[in-house]
Amino acid sequence: MATVWIGLLFDGLAYGMLLYLMSLGLAITLGLMGFIHLAHGGYAALGGYLAVAWVKQAGGSFWAALPVGFLAMAALGAVVERTLLCRLYARPAFDQILFCIGFLFVVVAGITAVWGGSQQTVPLPALLQGQIAFAGLELGRYRLFLLVLGAALIVALQLGLARTRWGMRLRAAVDDRDVARGLGLPVARLFAGTFALGTGLAGLGGVLSVPLVGLDPAFPLKYLVLCLIIVAVGGVGGIGGPLVAALSLGVLDVFGKYYLPQVGGFLIYAVMVGLLLRWPGGLFAGRQS
Amino acid sequence: MRRWAEPLAWAVAALAIFWGLPDRLALATHISVLALFALSLHVLTGLGGILSLGQAVFFGLGAYTAGKLAQAGWDEPLSGLLAAALVGGVAGGLAGGVLARLRGLPALMVTLGLGLLLHEAALRLPGLTGGEDGLPSLTIAPLFGTFAFDLWGRTAYWYGVALLALGFWGVKRLEAAPFGLSLRALHDNPVRMQALGMSIAARVRGAYLIAGALAGVAGGLLTQTTQFVSAEVFSFHRSADILVMLILGGIGRRYGALLGPLLYAILRDFLADWHPAYWGAGLGVALMAIVLLAPKGLLGLRFPGQ
Repeated sequence: MATVWIGLLFDGLAYGMLLYLMSLGLAITLGLMGFIHLAHGGYAALGGYLAVAWVKQAGGSFWAALPVGFLAMAALGAVVERTLLCRLYARPAFDQILFCIGFLFVVVAGITAVWGGSQQTVPLPALLQGQIAFAGLELGRYRLFLLVLGAALIVALQLGLARTRWGMRLRAAVDDRDVARGLGLPVARLFAGTFALGTGLAGLGGVLSVPLVGLDPAFPLKYLVLCLIIVAVGGVGGIGGPLVAALSLGVLDVFGKYYLPQVGGFLIYAVMVGLLLRWPGGLFAGRQS
Repeated sequence: MRRWAEPLAWAVAALAIFWGLPDRLALATHISVLALFALSLHVLTGLGGILSLGQAVFFGLGAYTAGKLAQAGWDEPLSGLLAAALVGGVAGGLAGGVLARLRGLPALMVTLGLGLLLHEAALRLPGLTGGEDGLPSLTIAPLFGTFAFDLWGRTAYWYGVALLALGFWGVKRLEAAPFGLSLRALHDNPVRMQALGMSIAARVRGAYLIAGALAGVAGGLLTQTTQFVSAEVFSFHRSADILVMLILGGIGRRYGALLGPLLYAILRDFLADWHPAYWGAGLGVALMAIVLLAPKGLLGLRFPGQ
């Protein structure tokens, strides 16, 4: 009993960390920058498909696919932000949502046209395959890798936001764009760079999710909803709240699917609706935006 | 415009389609379903500025109300539709009461979540909803006891067009009524409205009630004219597509709710034959272009300002 529970808890935490890695980008674009970025899942899916093409068709390694996915999506995000999205910051949430839905339609259609509708996956390098025996438990290596990588990214990002010059400038620009510009901060460049970081993280999350959950054209929407839940429930304005939300969601989902398979996704949506009705700003609301 | 101009235009257009495109009556009926659905979102979003990503909840409830009634042997269409409106309206009133407390992202997420919740529930309760297979081959009694639903869809067509015309007339009356005007006020400046002593919550609740009833009618109409209903009526795609259609037509205008579905259905009919992926990509590019270049939709291009 106890080993089953610990095993489920471990799987849940790893799944939650994967969800967190995908949500991290959204926590930045939506949570910090206040852009209702519903196209987030599209970048994750593109990153994942790029990894599939990179590993399967170009014969590259999975390790290299991680930075490739990140950089390619960061570049795409920067271009889209500079040419199109920058016109939408001052527009109502409505326009941002519609623009993103349009973008998602294009991405899903493009994916279907290039890769078809079937499920895609990539082989893992030998180091990440199989399991490690630890204190009488069998822990999946890839899941362990996800947990370690996630923890490292959180620390780096939190330090970057709180301690570096870029983080301070960004927070200033987000708080009051006009004053920041008046003080001589390169607001446009800050926003473009931050947006690129967000989409790059989405791409990285997409690559990481391929071995665990697979890819199909419905991916952008499915995981967008989960990411939105995490950011909304975790509270916009920070990266700590979404972490707790993502890990809880992952654990809840894995336990739910094990013990109540017939209930499925119902549980998560019901919990989210209940939580948001009680705490509209999210469980760990930082600054109210 | 004179009083009779609008009804006359409707009658002429309806007859022209009936005589001119006899093999497209099913498509025309489907467009009336979508336009009624879009009209319900127009009341919420166009008038009140209230965003909903879960409008399919009310549509689906209406569709299943009509479907379950027909399955149980209550196959009289008008009373079935009335029941669909009632269920949609009650659900709208309840949802509106809850949603009135939320704004912005939480409101979006809760509407999205309610939609996903009902979709999952409908998929997980096949005993009640038939799941993905749905409730097939429902029989619907003749309209007014005389006009049977025929193979060519002629009865369904007139049924749909008449209901749509009725819906447009009703919403036109609503827009001129004090409640409709206060919805516009809510859209334009909620803070000032509150300062004037009007309750935002009451408006949101009322708007959801009306929108829920209208969407319920649209769903019931879909079930009755296709004689089929499945869990798909609750899907997120329904909610997103109808929002897209409304925007395509022009947000904030009644006729945007007709133009949008019309364009959408015709384009889809035309492009999907070619390649399904082109349809999605084309629609996406159109949406992005409209948001960037014509934020008020296609009607807003021709008639700027309101």
